[in-house]
Amino acid sequence: MDEKDIPQHGSKIFAGQKKVVYATRNGHYVAGQSSGWDDESFATEQAVQAFDAQTEAAWQAYQAGTHSALYYLMWRYRHDEASLAAATGQFRWQLRRHFRVAVFAKISAKTLAKYAEAFQLTPDEIRQPRHEHTAF
Amino acid sequence: MNTPHFNHRQTAHCESGVMSALLRHHGLDFNEAMVFGLASALSFAYIPLVKMAGMPLIAYRTLPKSIIRRTSRALGLRLQMQKFARPEAGMAALDRALDEGALVGLQTSVYWLPYFPAEMRFHFNAHNLLVYGRDGDDYLISDPVFENVQRCSRQDLQRARFAKGALAAKGLMYCVDAAHMPSESGLDMRGIIRQALLKNARQMLPPVWFAGVRGMGTLAAKIEALPRSTDEAYGKLYLGHIVRMQEEIGTGGAGFRYIYAYFLEQAAERLNAPKLQSCSAEMTAIGDEWRTFASLAVRQCRKPKSSGYAEVAAKLREIATQEEALWREIKRVAADL
Repeated sequence: MDEKDIPQHGSKIFAGQKKVVYATRNGHYVAGQSSGWDDESFATEQAVQAFDAQTEAAWQAYQAGTHSALYYLMWRYRHDEASLAAATGQFRWQLRRHFRVAVFAKISAKTLAKYAEAFQLTPDEIRQPRHEHTAF
Repeated sequence: MNTPHFNHRQTAHCESGVMSALLRHHGLDFNEAMVFGLASALSFAYIPLVKMAGMPLIAYRTLPKSIIRRTSRALGLRLQMQKFARPEAGMAALDRALDEGALVGLQTSVYWLPYFPAEMRFHFNAHNLLVYGRDGDDYLISDPVFENVQRCSRQDLQRARFAKGALAAKGLMYCVDAAHMPSESGLDMRGIIRQALLKNARQMLPPVWFAGVRGMGTLAAKIEALPRSTDEAYGKLYLGHIVRMQEEIGTGGAGFRYIYAYFLEQAAERLNAPKLQSCSAEMTAIGDEWRTFASLAVRQCRKPKSSGYAEVAAKLREIATQEEALWREIKRVAADL
């Protein structure tokens, strides 16, 4: 890729930042900068939108009472079952039990503390989360 | 109060960037591409059993920490690496090292670093950055993938260092042992570069189905099967995932192929080996093909058509054939160095 062909598409996911892309000038390498590439941004935004859609669906499930607050929080914090299990040191079947409203209502303070640490929330904020689009 | 000036330099990738900055700080001026090449860090791996956010592991470089480890071994420098069971101990050790004036490398989570743009914050625990000082409760950070230096509060940095989960950093910090720093004149660069090239060629031509050029063939077959095996939504996310692994995570473009081509060019100049310059030009051409592959994959996400997956797979097979020929050539050239 020639330096002149480095995409400068002003991608919003970069939040005004630029990143280094290597390219050639007269056949020799230089470190160039890119403000974004549409094809790459599309892939990122698609992944973010998938997480956001999951989060919204999980909120609806929590509101409808079919899933516990934990299920919603997992998606809101961009986890999936595997990564949340690893981040809290539990098995996936334990997580899945905690997705059940009746089970989650009775989990021990110790288990709740594990979730509190993984999400950086207080136990109360975990029991009754607020509806926010993302964690940030 | 300790707010020194640091000569921050932005790089494409975090680990090669951190390593290059550590070397430069201690008097050895190897840029990111040189470090990447000396660590034989170019790779391809497709491991469907290992899942990240429901997607298979697809990697264009070697495992996290391998750049740090292999560069140290190749150049004969000593790294002091420490992990910690308790976050408080990890932060105290960081403070001590900074008070002694050390430049400290850290492994962290991306998700818990507040200065990252929201869209980039995913649960990836093997990010690398440098801490060069402290200002009260703020740490002064040279994060190589950012244009400028950053600040991070003690609480946030501790959270990022000790996030649990896959590839957990466990507070990993590393410093170069200045007393055992090699000088450039004492290094046998011809031997080091030859070894690095041969190692990378072996890595790209392994006798297994999930790595190197064969791994690309396996992934191509998987892409071709996508319309039969899954729904359209998953197929789109799958192709998007490949593109993200190739471009988004600081690869310098084309899944590190441009970085590696830059290394080949520098190796050619250092060793006065014009054949390596030709290899560099060929690697650049292959990098351009990877960019085309990414565009084809995204086009299929944007406007799916029935023949689209097969076209994406065919492009990947074409690249695998080109890479195989190039790596055989690199192997021959390196053996004669």
